[in-house]
Amino acid sequence: MLNSPTSRRRALASLIVSACALTLALPAAAQEPKRGGTLVVGTTQTPRHLNGAVQSGIATAMPGTQLFASPLRFDDQWNAQPYLAETWKLADDGKSLTLNLRKGAVFHDGKPITSEDVAFSIMAIKANHPFSTMMGPVEKVETPDAHTAIIRMSAPHPAIVLAMSPALCPILPKHIYGDGQDLKNHPRNSANVVGSGPFKLVEFSPGQRVVMERFDKFFLPGKPYLDKVVMSITPDAASLMLGLERGDVHMLPFVSVPTDLRRLKDNPQVTLTPRGYEGIGPMNWLAFNLERKPLSDIKVRKAIAMAIDTKFVTKALMAGFATPAAGPIVASSPFATNDLVRYPVDLKKAAQMLDAAGYKADSGGERFKLTIDYLPGVDDQQKLVAEYTRAQLKKIGIAVEVRASADFPAWAKRMATHEFDMSMDFVFNWGDPVIGVHRTYLSTNIKPIVWTNTQSYSNPKVDELLNTAGSLLDVEKRKVHYAEFQKIVTDELPIVFVNVVPYHTVAGKKVGNVPVSIWGPMSPYDEVYLK
Amino acid sequence: MKAARFALTHLLQGLALVLAVVVLNFVLVHAAPGDPVETIAGASGGMSEELKAQLRTQYGLDKPLPVQLGVYLGKVVQGDLGYSYFFNLPVAGLIAERVPATLLLVLSAVLGAFVIGTTLGVLSSRKPNGWLSQLITVLALIGFAAPVFWMGMMLIILFASVLPIFPVAGMRSVASTADGLAGALDVLHHLVLPALSLALVYLAQYSRLARASMLDVLGSDFIRTARAKGLADRVVLYKHALRNAVLPVVTMLGLQFGNVLAGAILVETVFNWPGLGRLAFESVLRRDYPTILGVLLFSSIVVIVMNLLTDLCYRLIDPRIKTA
Repeated sequence: MLNSPTSRRRALASLIVSACALTLALPAAAQEPKRGGTLVVGTTQTPRHLNGAVQSGIATAMPGTQLFASPLRFDDQWNAQPYLAETWKLADDGKSLTLNLRKGAVFHDGKPITSEDVAFSIMAIKANHPFSTMMGPVEKVETPDAHTAIIRMSAPHPAIVLAMSPALCPILPKHIYGDGQDLKNHPRNSANVVGSGPFKLVEFSPGQRVVMERFDKFFLPGKPYLDKVVMSITPDAASLMLGLERGDVHMLPFVSVPTDLRRLKDNPQVTLTPRGYEGIGPMNWLAFNLERKPLSDIKVRKAIAMAIDTKFVTKALMAGFATPAAGPIVASSPFATNDLVRYPVDLKKAAQMLDAAGYKADSGGERFKLTIDYLPGVDDQQKLVAEYTRAQLKKIGIAVEVRASADFPAWAKRMATHEFDMSMDFVFNWGDPVIGVHRTYLSTNIKPIVWTNTQSYSNPKVDELLNTAGSLLDVEKRKVHYAEFQKIVTDELPIVFVNVVPYHTVAGKKVGNVPVSIWGPMSPYDEVYLK
Repeated sequence: MKAARFALTHLLQGLALVLAVVVLNFVLVHAAPGDPVETIAGASGGMSEELKAQLRTQYGLDKPLPVQLGVYLGKVVQGDLGYSYFFNLPVAGLIAERVPATLLLVLSAVLGAFVIGTTLGVLSSRKPNGWLSQLITVLALIGFAAPVFWMGMMLIILFASVLPIFPVAGMRSVASTADGLAGALDVLHHLVLPALSLALVYLAQYSRLARASMLDVLGSDFIRTARAKGLADRVVLYKHALRNAVLPVVTMLGLQFGNVLAGAILVETVFNWPGLGRLAFESVLRRDYPTILGVLLFSSIVVIVMNLLTDLCYRLIDPRIKTA
């Protein structure tokens, strides 16, 4: 085989590539992280406050994971790593998780971290966190000694391990947050925040910035490397870009605008990485309202899917930075499957299907009218694809009116009241399917709230598959259940999956160890340093 | 007696106006689609039904609108602006935190526009057809015609890439926690561009107004008399003419204060200046009713007070008004 010129060339090429990789890797490995310096992170997301135990979302998680430590953390391969807990064990029946806490770890106020704090925090999260499925089956947390916490659950709940992540399970000091005040409105959520993370709070100016400095008694010796982290909040992404190019801002997470990415890619002063967003699993899709005719007809949905070229969307509209999505679970998740029902573009077949289903075109070539909404503020992902969909559907005789919304609340209201035919949507998987995937497809979750099953999709088989998969301990068995679920959903199409949102972290060349674990920018920056 | 009655009627008028502003704003703000709980659900990446209902009850959003208005008015009368839904912080505190930034921006823009605009106007009135006057007229027309936000963006482009001597966003250097003189200088450095872009429109107006007004006054009899007395040109111009010519400019300044505040919203958004305008704008996007209403209430009070002050200023500049 090696005699054929192409394979020889290929072998040579791979040799060169690996040689290059080696030379590239060597100096990087040789570089010792340096202590000191201030990292300026730019963000367009305004945190309500800093307590991630009662507030989910990117905005709070970015500063929140610096301030609060969690029982476990995750590497870039979905493997749990020790953090506040040195060792842990999920019981064979899947109904309890034992955490053995590190000894000698202290909060920012110097008080020791005990199992009491863990128990308090987990029950607080169960009671207050917006993601109710995450700790749903948790019944109580036992504390046999100061460094052992046993989470007891009413049903097997394997997602509990991922729920121990920094972004989802900040450990709060009970002696401060357990004073009986309502945790959602606790004054210490925004001022004098006390956690045990690598950085402690210096200043929180709502809507302006969060300033944090190195916590000298952080429980991981020698870390963090940075002296200070400043999160500069600017709703205007363009001025953040400018700041990055001027060197005022060192790191810009969650950049997804193709024109920005292209411009930054050509800038020798910065590096771009798409890694670090596997956990959040951001998806861009077209949702149908199955309560409305003719979208309740599966043939119509299939015809629409056939008219949308996801490769064109990712290549042309998103300049090749995005990848097409084919199913409800992002490809980077361990639960994703390849065995899906796919819809290669075929306008002719789509038109024939509509004809066969009885939707004949009138003299003007029009079969019926539909509206399409989109989430405002992320035009590159939402508005452009909505416009593209309109153009494509026109070719198969569907007249689409694109309806703009003035701002997020206006769009969210249309979704919550189910007042739409079709809408582009922007939804995160949030790590375990139990948290971010089930909600969109369970018939029990058809609710008047944005990001529930606003499609009104209902299939008892899917309900059963999801509910079982959520409680299966064996990862392989879970995968089998999720695979079947993915096949059914891509066959019945309550949603046309368009693409994975091309989130990138952009960092100046002087930033070392850019966070690329599955939670990326929403994980502790204890290993980040400035060269 | 007259002064007291003047103050009293103005005060009562002001109060009625404030009440109307609050009610109108309340109705307008609630007419926008979507509500704050939806926004909070959005910022959270999803939310359970129970939590949503809980938040609605906590914020009183489950009550009928007239009841909500009554509750709000009752609180405002007691000086309580309520809590921000989004930040869970007292609105009064949020406003207090943002006031200095806006005042600094607006006052420096207005004063700058007033001083420079009047000076340019006076200069161009000396030789109305000279080259200097023509130049000032052209510049004034450009400044008057260009929208505030466009001017801001052009300044950003110019100073971000071509001539990077001024910072283009924020009020302080991102990583700076400097206090004292270093901090103040840092803020002043950041102030230049936003203040300039806000000032330009008014500067143009004031220079036109001052020029026209000066020309008008310079043609009057008392100026001829002063000149005939043999007074120096400087004295005639600045002591006799300017004092009379500046009245219309002061009127404009007082009347336009509301406009300047509105312009500040644009400038603060373009330059990421952490003032009231940006707070109001972002609060609208979040449907953070108490914060929006608080900022609008505060601004309307400021505008009313400024109008009162303008009236008082008249009396200082032109003593005849007192007896009128």
